[in-house]
Amino acid sequence: MSEHIKVLVAKPGLDGHDRGGKVMAIALKQAGMEVVYMGLHQTVEAIVQAAVQEDVDVIGLSIMTGGHLPICRKLMELLKAEGVEEVLVCVGGVIPRRDIPALEKMGVKGVFPGGSKIDDAVAFIRENVPARVRRA
Amino acid sequence: MDVARYMKNEKGAVEKVILPSGIEVKQRYGPEDLEAVGFDYAADLGEPGEYPFTRNIFPGGYRSREWTTRQYTGFGTPRETNERFKLMIDHGQTGLNVAFDLPTQMGYDSDHPLAFGEVGRVGMAVDSLRDFETAFAGIDLHKVGAGLTINAVASIMLAMYQAVAEKLGFDRTKISATPQNDILKEVIGRGAWIYDLEPAIRLIGDTIEYSMTTMPRTNPVSVCGYHIRESGATPAQEMAYAFLIANAYIDEVTRRGYQAEEFVGRFSFNFNIFGNLWEQVAKFRAGRKVWARNLREKYGVENPKNLMLRGLFAGGGSGLTKAEPENNIMRGAYYGLAAALSGAQSTALCSFDEAYTIPTPRSALLSLRTLQLLMDEVGLRDTVDPLAGSYFIETLTKQMEEKIWEEMREIEERGGMVDCVASGYVQRKVAWQAYEFERDLQKGELIKVGVNKYATGEEEEVDLHEYNESWAEWQVNDLADLKRTRDGAAVRASLKELERVARAKENIMPALVECCLAYATVGEMADVFREAFGTFKEPSIF
Repeated sequence: MSEHIKVLVAKPGLDGHDRGGKVMAIALKQAGMEVVYMGLHQTVEAIVQAAVQEDVDVIGLSIMTGGHLPICRKLMELLKAEGVEEVLVCVGGVIPRRDIPALEKMGVKGVFPGGSKIDDAVAFIRENVPARVRRA
Repeated sequence: MDVARYMKNEKGAVEKVILPSGIEVKQRYGPEDLEAVGFDYAADLGEPGEYPFTRNIFPGGYRSREWTTRQYTGFGTPRETNERFKLMIDHGQTGLNVAFDLPTQMGYDSDHPLAFGEVGRVGMAVDSLRDFETAFAGIDLHKVGAGLTINAVASIMLAMYQAVAEKLGFDRTKISATPQNDILKEVIGRGAWIYDLEPAIRLIGDTIEYSMTTMPRTNPVSVCGYHIRESGATPAQEMAYAFLIANAYIDEVTRRGYQAEEFVGRFSFNFNIFGNLWEQVAKFRAGRKVWARNLREKYGVENPKNLMLRGLFAGGGSGLTKAEPENNIMRGAYYGLAAALSGAQSTALCSFDEAYTIPTPRSALLSLRTLQLLMDEVGLRDTVDPLAGSYFIETLTKQMEEKIWEEMREIEERGGMVDCVASGYVQRKVAWQAYEFERDLQKGELIKVGVNKYATGEEEEVDLHEYNESWAEWQVNDLADLKRTRDGAAVRASLKELERVARAKENIMPALVECCLAYATVGEMADVFREAFGTFKEPSIF
């Protein structure tokens, strides 16, 4: 596989529990992807700005506080405003199953609640990364 | 690795067992094993309540004193939290452990844009002394000590606790607060840091120095191996890193001309229990010994009372699973058993629904009842250190002790804990271990029942705590009311003095108490520090 996939990993909001985000960053790197790890305490605005500047294919967010619905709604709006809504957005963390349809409706493609397998997330990204950004 | 790495032969029998800390467990143990590790009854065990405290810090163990139960509690506004505190105390809980919401932990008021959506969500919202007056109303603060799970702004919360106690008529020399106040572990594992490391450590030094003379029953720091383990550290690293962090705080205070003997007796710790039962018990027995020896040999501490490893040994969230959440009730019971066999002085459990959200009254009370029935229904109070003398446990305790020293030496050889945190070395190491754990779990090399063995894939319905947006609204309105009605000139004067003291490097605490009494807000005080100290930049670990 020669495709090059670039992923932005970030934790939006004030929560600092970053084990999951770091584990996914390592797993994506181990799978050969390029990872931009933004770290903690990020605003949605800063995440979108970094995604545009770094020209990433995928944004992965880790959210544990229960604030995933408003955060993702805002993220999708800003991505659209920037004209980069084709970026693949994935979310992991403490996410009740009942919220998954609402997230998908917003345009969040991959939802990985606690207990998901890291390989499933990696495979999902490989399969769903938008075609336009597949680079040789 | 959680419980152990099990290597099996072709018939499926276990041939080799390696504990997460890297120690191999044998099939059987006998006197020859004690000889091989150089076990010496007097030097390695001694009497309970005596140096090196391997067996317990008290001679009578739970005969003389039951453990303190401290479930982590707080949500919504101070009104909801006060109600829940009282519910827990009415059911026999003997201490408090206060959960603050994220804006409070990060030094933002409830009306700050960054607080939006987070007010009262994962803990209680606190903006000013008015909130503490509500939260602690009707609670006997001479009788019930309060853990304050807050770090970057722990100095502010400790000042506020003194202010509320005195306002409610309690004597500050008799109240017992335990702010977590451990910024180095926040950087390693929990992420609620604000200020640059050097001034952040200075603030911790200020609280220790101040408590010595002003609040002698307060435990100004509770060093949290707990969160370091949650981030991926092994049990041996959990102890080793916590001790090195504690040493960094001791150094901060001894640099000011004090002797460790004068203050280290009020240090407290917070450690984690999940995974292998034997390794947990050995970890705590060895840990008490290492801490006592560290203080005696490195800092010349002599008074036995000051050499005791005191703290909260609590059931860890990492051991619990989202799948089949009610299984976590059983897991919690075994973690409680491990805590009791380890001689825990204080304890708490994560509740069974905490992989989803903060606990309901039902799940919080189930955790409390689990701890209470362990004390009263299964004989754990009968004798102190009941596993002492087991060939296996004594051998393992000696091996764990050596492992803990080894992990401490590794960090010291790399320049010490402060440097290793500032550079991201420790964070990188535990993040990689966390990744390896997930990989092992996925490969089935590590078993979690209901997750990767006997899993049905069915979703279970449990009643969960629901966040109520009206709490945030109430809190923001109340804050607006406070800002209208307080004496603005007094607030400004107190904040100005706080800024002077912050820059002058005098002890911050008296000025903070004055700010709290003037009803300055947490955000206002934290902003003075932001301005004076600068904020921390996370080192890159990838």
